[in-house]
Amino acid sequence: MRTRATASLVVSRILVYAGMLVLISFVIFSLLYITPGDAVGNLLGTRRRTPETEELLRRQYHLNEPFLTQYWIWLKDAVRFDFGNSSVSTLPVTDEINARLPNSLILAGVAYVLTMLIGIPLGLAAAAKKSTAVDRGIVASVIVGFSTPVFVGAVALLYVFGVLLGWFPVFGAGTGFVDKLWHLTLPAISLAIAGAGLIVKHTRAVMIKVLDQDYVTFARARGLTSRRVYLLYALRNGLIPVITVSVPLLASLVTGAVLVEVTFSIPGIGDLLVRSAASQDLPTLQAIALLVAALIMVANLAADLLYMAADPRIRHGRSTT
Amino acid sequence: MIAPGKSHRPAAHETTTSTVLKVRDLGVDAVGPDGTDPIVSSFDLDLAPGETVGIVGESGSGKSLTARAIMGLLPGSLVARGQVEYGGRNLLELSEREWSHVRGREIGFVLQDPFTMLNPVFRCGRIIEESLIRDGRRRPPRSERRAEVLRRLAEVGLTDPSVADRYSFQLSGGMRQRVAVAAALARDPKILIADEPTTALDVTTQKEMLTLLRGVQKARGMSLVLITHDLRVAFAMCDRIHVMYGGSLIEVAPAADLESRPLHPYAQGLLLSEPSLDRRVVELPSIPGSVPKAREVVDCCAFATRCEWVADTCRQGRPPLLEVGRLRRSACVRLPEIGAAMDAKRARIDVAEPPTSEARSERPLIEIRDLRKEFRIGKRTVTALDGVSLSVNQGESVAIVGESGSGKTTLARTLLGLERCTSGDICIDGVPAHDWSKLSAADRRRLRGTVQMVFQDPYASLNPMRSIGSTLSEAIRSHDRGVKDTAGGVADLLKTVGLPPAYAQRKPAALSGGERQRVAIARALAVDPRLLVCDEPVSALDVSVRAQIVNLFATLRRERGVGFIFITHDLSMLRQITERVCIMHRGRLVESGPVDRILDHPTDPYTVKLLQSIPRSGAAWIDAPVTTEARRTPAGGGRRTGGRDLMGEVCDGGDTHGAA
Repeated sequence: MRTRATASLVVSRILVYAGMLVLISFVIFSLLYITPGDAVGNLLGTRRRTPETEELLRRQYHLNEPFLTQYWIWLKDAVRFDFGNSSVSTLPVTDEINARLPNSLILAGVAYVLTMLIGIPLGLAAAAKKSTAVDRGIVASVIVGFSTPVFVGAVALLYVFGVLLGWFPVFGAGTGFVDKLWHLTLPAISLAIAGAGLIVKHTRAVMIKVLDQDYVTFARARGLTSRRVYLLYALRNGLIPVITVSVPLLASLVTGAVLVEVTFSIPGIGDLLVRSAASQDLPTLQAIALLVAALIMVANLAADLLYMAADPRIRHGRSTT
Repeated sequence: MIAPGKSHRPAAHETTTSTVLKVRDLGVDAVGPDGTDPIVSSFDLDLAPGETVGIVGESGSGKSLTARAIMGLLPGSLVARGQVEYGGRNLLELSEREWSHVRGREIGFVLQDPFTMLNPVFRCGRIIEESLIRDGRRRPPRSERRAEVLRRLAEVGLTDPSVADRYSFQLSGGMRQRVAVAAALARDPKILIADEPTTALDVTTQKEMLTLLRGVQKARGMSLVLITHDLRVAFAMCDRIHVMYGGSLIEVAPAADLESRPLHPYAQGLLLSEPSLDRRVVELPSIPGSVPKAREVVDCCAFATRCEWVADTCRQGRPPLLEVGRLRRSACVRLPEIGAAMDAKRARIDVAEPPTSEARSERPLIEIRDLRKEFRIGKRTVTALDGVSLSVNQGESVAIVGESGSGKTTLARTLLGLERCTSGDICIDGVPAHDWSKLSAADRRRLRGTVQMVFQDPYASLNPMRSIGSTLSEAIRSHDRGVKDTAGGVADLLKTVGLPPAYAQRKPAALSGGERQRVAIARALAVDPRLLVCDEPVSALDVSVRAQIVNLFATLRRERGVGFIFITHDLSMLRQITERVCIMHRGRLVESGPVDRILDHPTDPYTVKLLQSIPRSGAAWIDAPVTTEARRTPAGGGRRTGGRDLMGEVCDGGDTHGAA
């Protein structure tokens, strides 16, 4: 009974996200018509308009079909990762993305792990030493961290560790996984310094609240050791919401790293997004938008499932307090 | 005949019996950037093996902080000083590591709220298992641990083994509190400190819980410190009672002596503001004002601002607790002078008032016929109201009594159009009102002007951002748009509820709980309604303030002819506030009639059980068997799991979040 209820909950979440994704794909497809100018002009981008190219595009993008049919054809292709050709490079959009996605994923992944590794322990320390110099010190440095523009931090890191000390390469994404990791460490650190602030503040707030809960007091009153109370009671209850807020952060790291990508000359998705926006490369924009939407959906689904696994109140259909 | 002794320490009995816990001059200070504020001072306690001592006080008296100080569980900003002697050591000097050998193993602690005390992500069995003492490093096999957990659950009356596999949020309040007690007792402490263990529970569940505590205590020979705001509970359970006020002890006495002859004006005031179950009084004796903050009364008697016998000597330093009789101590410096006057006041109030027969109209103002309300939760349908019929006459006062989940709050909300009934008829002053959304705007305004509501929690029902004056003038304007100047109306309303006109400038945060509830009542009176529906109007207030509000209701009836529907779980108030009572149980009206008939000769088994559950002094009440009605209720009492508890959830939500 219980496993069936859980399974149906999981399936219903997946269906909800799938539905939202379809809705978003519709909006993304409509960009073709919403964007100022006509569809052909949008697909042409900066290329010269001639009757021949116009006819070619009309055929290629089925522009003479009714709107919904166009959408259907587009969606079918999109599911097969076929988004047409870039209007700038005339290469298939998929190839452009494939060349850059691994860089962005590794960068985001490393940055995410570093963000959590910096953010959670600092947040825990601040909560445990609430209202002391330690707490104030952590909170103050966190504010400095996230109010420093990310490219300033990046340049500083680049100068110290790349140029002065020469520990890390100063540009490019490298080839092969290990080489990529080495190349992407400095960019990831500069992203993590900016992102850790959110995690520190959230962890601190949640832990202060949890440590003040009756069930923590009651656990201590029963003589459980402080270590056990902190690890099993406070951490488990406190980290559930922290993980949940961190998931959108992961998704934003994939596309939001553009300043860092530019600083370190890394060919990444964020860089591609900005460039295709500037050159009105609509097929590329659509592909990236859909990719980002899918990433966010998958990340949120993962967060929901994690939440369900960690908190029985969700599994058993009660709202949390 | 009452002579203060030379020293308030050692009292006579301490030398004759052994003491397991000895607290001397315990204080709790709030340490802030502006220096230290005393919150609790000079608290003394001696606890003999097997003895039950009650600590009685209102909110802000410091009773809970005292308990936490004894357990070493004060929040970070508070510091304890003094001596808590247990097993030859001063517990206040222990390190956190040493504490973990004392807590749970020597002294157990149960908190007030069973809904927040258990870790929501652990199953109940695991909570008990982790509390058990482990011998050495090796864990006993799984089956042995399981058997021990089940044995512990059975000790607290939970004989269904599936409880061990449930999460706390799947259990009723009473069952959660039992699990908590089992967990607190897992290491077999010699002392149990229970902080308001029954305050969050229904009255019938409270009785079961107290009986359980008493039984466990006897079987184990354990000492019990019971912290409560409820004198009735203290009289029923305790051998001796410590009364706290404004952060210090004001009286210590054997329970029976305190009940028959309190020796401090505050203790007496508290005792007298408890309404009598057996007879009606003209006016409840109430203590004026509200509970002061501990730091405001450091250098005087904490009760001086509210005491009718106050003199200059009361304000010259904090009066010490002096021995005033056998095993009795009081902190009243004027006791030798005013003892006779206190006795006289008590005797005067003990005279019963004959039942009043007030003239009132026989015209029904409210007629409810066969009302049903169903809530759908997921795929399940829960019936909150199951064919309720009721009529209330103009100017009449009716109480609707029930426990959480009985549907009483749903009934009130449906009557006011805050919920839409599933079927049935409601007629207010001749207007059919079963569906407020179908009423014309004029009818709706007229009904709002006829019936108004006062919610349970005055802390939540007033907008904290608006001054009292603007809240009240808004209420006046909502009734009569044409009013230009509302200042006079606001002043009149404040006067009606006994507040000075200057309060119009204040924000709710600057008011005490009792004052806020007065403002909420004034707001309801702004449209000059003929009926006030009051949902637990005093249950969020301090005991010494409740009587003031009850008296205010009586005045409003007498002087303005306002009728009342009281939604309440508190049977003790009934005789003072109503002439007719309806008992609700699981969505049905099980019994209704004149208050004297219901309280003196109940016929429905559920009513009988409710009345038997009201705490009465002495062991006879605690040990009395429950009636046959109780058999229908499973061990935990109150709410249960499965289909029925959801109704509790729904209706309870209405109880506590009625302001929404």
